Amino acid sequence: MQHSATATPLTHLQRLESEAIHIMREVAAEAENPVMLYSVGKDSAVMLHVAKKAFFPSPPPFPLLHVDTTWKFQEMYRMREKAAKDAGMELLIHQNPEAKERGINPFDHGAVHTDMWKTQGLKQALDHYGFDAAFGGARRDEEKSRAKERIFSFRSANHRWDPKNQRPELWKLYNTQKAKGESIRVFPLSNWTELDIWQYIHLENIDIVPLYFSAPRPTVERDGMLLMVDDERFRFEEGEEPVERSIRFRTLGCYPLTGAVESEATTLPQIIQEMLLTTTSERQGRAIDHDQAASMEKKKQEGYF
Amino acid sequence: MDSSENIDSETIYKTDALIAEDIDAYLEAHQHKTMLHFITCGSVDDGKSTLIGRLLYDSKMIFEDQLATLEADSKKVGTQGQEIDFALLVDGLAAEREQGITIDVAYRFFATEKRKFIVADTPGHEQYTRNMVTGASTADLAIILIDARQGILTQTRRHSYLAHLIGIKHLVVAVNKMDLVDYDQTVYDQIIADYAAFAEEIGIEAFTPIPISGLAGDNITSKSTHTPWYDGPALVEHLENVEVMATANQAKPLRMTVQWVNRPNLDFRGFSGQIASGTVRPGDEVRVLPSGKTSTVKRIVTMDGDLDEAVAGQSVTLTLAEEIDCSRGDVIAAADAPPQVADQFESTIVWMDEAELLPGRSYWMKIGTQFVSVTIQSPKYQVNVNNMEQLAAKTLELNGIGVAEIATDRPIIFEPYEDNRDLGGFILIDKISNATVAAGMLHFCLRRSQNIHWQDVDIDRAAHALQKRQQPRVVWFTGLSGSGKSTIANMVEKRLHALGKHSFLLDGDNVRHGLNKDLGFTDADRVENIRRIGEVAKLMADAGLIVLTAFISPFRAERQLVRSMLPEDEFIEIFVDTPLAVAEERDVKGLYKKARAGELKNFTGIDSDYETPENAEMRIDTTKMSPEEAAEIIVDKIVGSWSYTI
Repeated sequence: MQHSATATPLTHLQRLESEAIHIMREVAAEAENPVMLYSVGKDSAVMLHVAKKAFFPSPPPFPLLHVDTTWKFQEMYRMREKAAKDAGMELLIHQNPEAKERGINPFDHGAVHTDMWKTQGLKQALDHYGFDAAFGGARRDEEKSRAKERIFSFRSANHRWDPKNQRPELWKLYNTQKAKGESIRVFPLSNWTELDIWQYIHLENIDIVPLYFSAPRPTVERDGMLLMVDDERFRFEEGEEPVERSIRFRTLGCYPLTGAVESEATTLPQIIQEMLLTTTSERQGRAIDHDQAASMEKKKQEGYF
Repeated sequence: MDSSENIDSETIYKTDALIAEDIDAYLEAHQHKTMLHFITCGSVDDGKSTLIGRLLYDSKMIFEDQLATLEADSKKVGTQGQEIDFALLVDGLAAEREQGITIDVAYRFFATEKRKFIVADTPGHEQYTRNMVTGASTADLAIILIDARQGILTQTRRHSYLAHLIGIKHLVVAVNKMDLVDYDQTVYDQIIADYAAFAEEIGIEAFTPIPISGLAGDNITSKSTHTPWYDGPALVEHLENVEVMATANQAKPLRMTVQWVNRPNLDFRGFSGQIASGTVRPGDEVRVLPSGKTSTVKRIVTMDGDLDEAVAGQSVTLTLAEEIDCSRGDVIAAADAPPQVADQFESTIVWMDEAELLPGRSYWMKIGTQFVSVTIQSPKYQVNVNNMEQLAAKTLELNGIGVAEIATDRPIIFEPYEDNRDLGGFILIDKISNATVAAGMLHFCLRRSQNIHWQDVDIDRAAHALQKRQQPRVVWFTGLSGSGKSTIANMVEKRLHALGKHSFLLDGDNVRHGLNKDLGFTDADRVENIRRIGEVAKLMADAGLIVLTAFISPFRAERQLVRSMLPEDEFIEIFVDTPLAVAEERDVKGLYKKARAGELKNFTGIDSDYETPENAEMRIDTTKMSPEEAAEIIVDKIVGSWSYTI
């Protein structure tokens, strides 16, 4: 995002980037033990990229935390390792030991899978490491209730959010004062829209998981959804055979829960074009999506912005 | 659907066509968009939700299934008969209301070919001042909606005043529902004339009037054929062309508040921050405040390579040619035009917390990246936001706006808010609850703040203490009325006297009748009472005395304030812990009885809170210990530790 000529206004992407950098530096300066939640998706990719810029030439002064369910796409795991290495950041991986022990999986356990691996797993990890501030990639355009969540969102010692008791957020003055045990979730991409995210990835040439691009992949059609056969753990139902289709993913979560779309989009402009011209909202790929982080990425679900 | 509706539809299709035909051209165009923040002011009745819904609808693609839902909902619950009810796009909030989510400030997004827009939408009525000020704090522009049938109402004045107060330079006065007055120019002209008179009265220098209909789409995205007499821009056209604040700030002198010092290794020392105003280039001479030292900008470092120039709004990392001290909270400024440094100011304060302002109490202030302790005087006046009348006030309650003097515990770098929001806008934070309790704007520093200098004295506090051969102390007894504070403090003083120590006991009898006889028992007066006692105790400690104080002192914040005035270890807080029931049972002065009978208001423990000490040096449980025993261990604590430190 170089700014060249004099007296020309900054573009919206320059300003969104600058705002996110400002937010990240405030946290780095005022929080005792911050962490960046990293889900390997496109929003995480943008957030990590901005973090690298915010602290250059230093590496970002906090670790990455991936709350793993063990059921992500294999390509996501490869991207995760590479991204952390490129950024020179420590990568912390947390897998809920109880979910592991009980063999919780998306085929047998439905909503329990998401709750135990993700929701409980996240709380365990934050408590274990004693993080007092955690960056997340959520955006206000994702759903209506998000539209009024603060950039700095407080959590009690029990990780509860009290929407009735949010601090007013004025100018760019963020109040990071908190009692012991309390923590803050910080959303530096609050004011970005999905289009901003894609456009920024395009402009900044950010590496994203190849699954966002169309390619021939082994699939199974089930309940109106296209599922990808990502590894040998996939359970075929009677009569199911993997069929190769040209598909890509709009959002990424646990592979048995994430529906693909048939597409020929192999470049970023084509993806953006497809997104802008889509006439039905994303629920097509989301019939059995219980994945919380992926729901975060759900755009225009109820409203249309 | 009328003619303006067709124009809107064409706009949508044009965008669609470019996406389909030449996505690269579309992306290229969108890459150069600028961004404008604005706030819409008005109630549901003014058609605010309809206007926002219309802007979102006209400027973004809408999914077929969602449009179908909107159309169905419009027919079912909408207020527009068979037409689309745009308000439903925004007022999906009703569901949230049922879920109990507070509706305060919601941020919504839309974009046109030229700009991305962030709309701060503040639907609440009860908390209107707090919400609107919050939403307006980041806005470049405010749209004041007026119902053409109603003309200027109280709320029009209130919204305009708040927008003006928060320094929004671009005001749009949108006279809405023109379709309901037959697009009558005389109606519009009269409203605008009335508004102009009011605007001048409160100091609004300029505004842009536009006749619109959010419902029918007149003068929203394009000029309407229904208002041929109107020769100004359509609303969106105006929104697309107004100069944004960040751009305007480029013309001002350089200011960058330092957020973070970047030190990856010994060879690199960069200062990171967002440029508040001005531009910066390598070779520019800069002054670092508060030290006042000057240096030269060496590099503007970014991950994409060094920059030749950076401007207001950009987040950058600067390195300086000369090694000078600079840390978080400092400001890097143009060497020849630095901001001021002071510690007392006149400010406007907007109170945002359920607990009222307590003049004299110490709060945290965050201004830029500076974080200091402040005390606020009783307001000079409070403003009635409905008619801008100035009212006498001793405090500010939730949503109250007042002008007050404010003192920081150390000099801060500032600029008047109207010149620079980053160095003039601040928030106040309660030291105990950590809540953001107020927002404020600094107007100017008080001249005395730059003229008061500490008189250097030859006989300093160490000399006073040495002469008395004792460690000065402030022994602070706190506890409920009738807990035994004065009894124990008296015994302690007798013992100290017997030991040849120089002491003084401050209690209700010798303070309330003299120094503080002008104070009552409201929360605000209690705060001031303790502040004065604290100051007196501190002076006596400076003189070398062991000061004993016996006051209920119910609030942690004030006890903490006094503690912070004194050197570490000199303040000894003693919590005289007597359960309320026991104190009430004793009721030596008959006060509890009166309080229970309602004859005494604001009585601690009955209808006013006592905040139990959390970090007291000593706790005396009077149900387990006699006053004599208590006095003995307290004297040991006071005198005992002295013998070790001498």
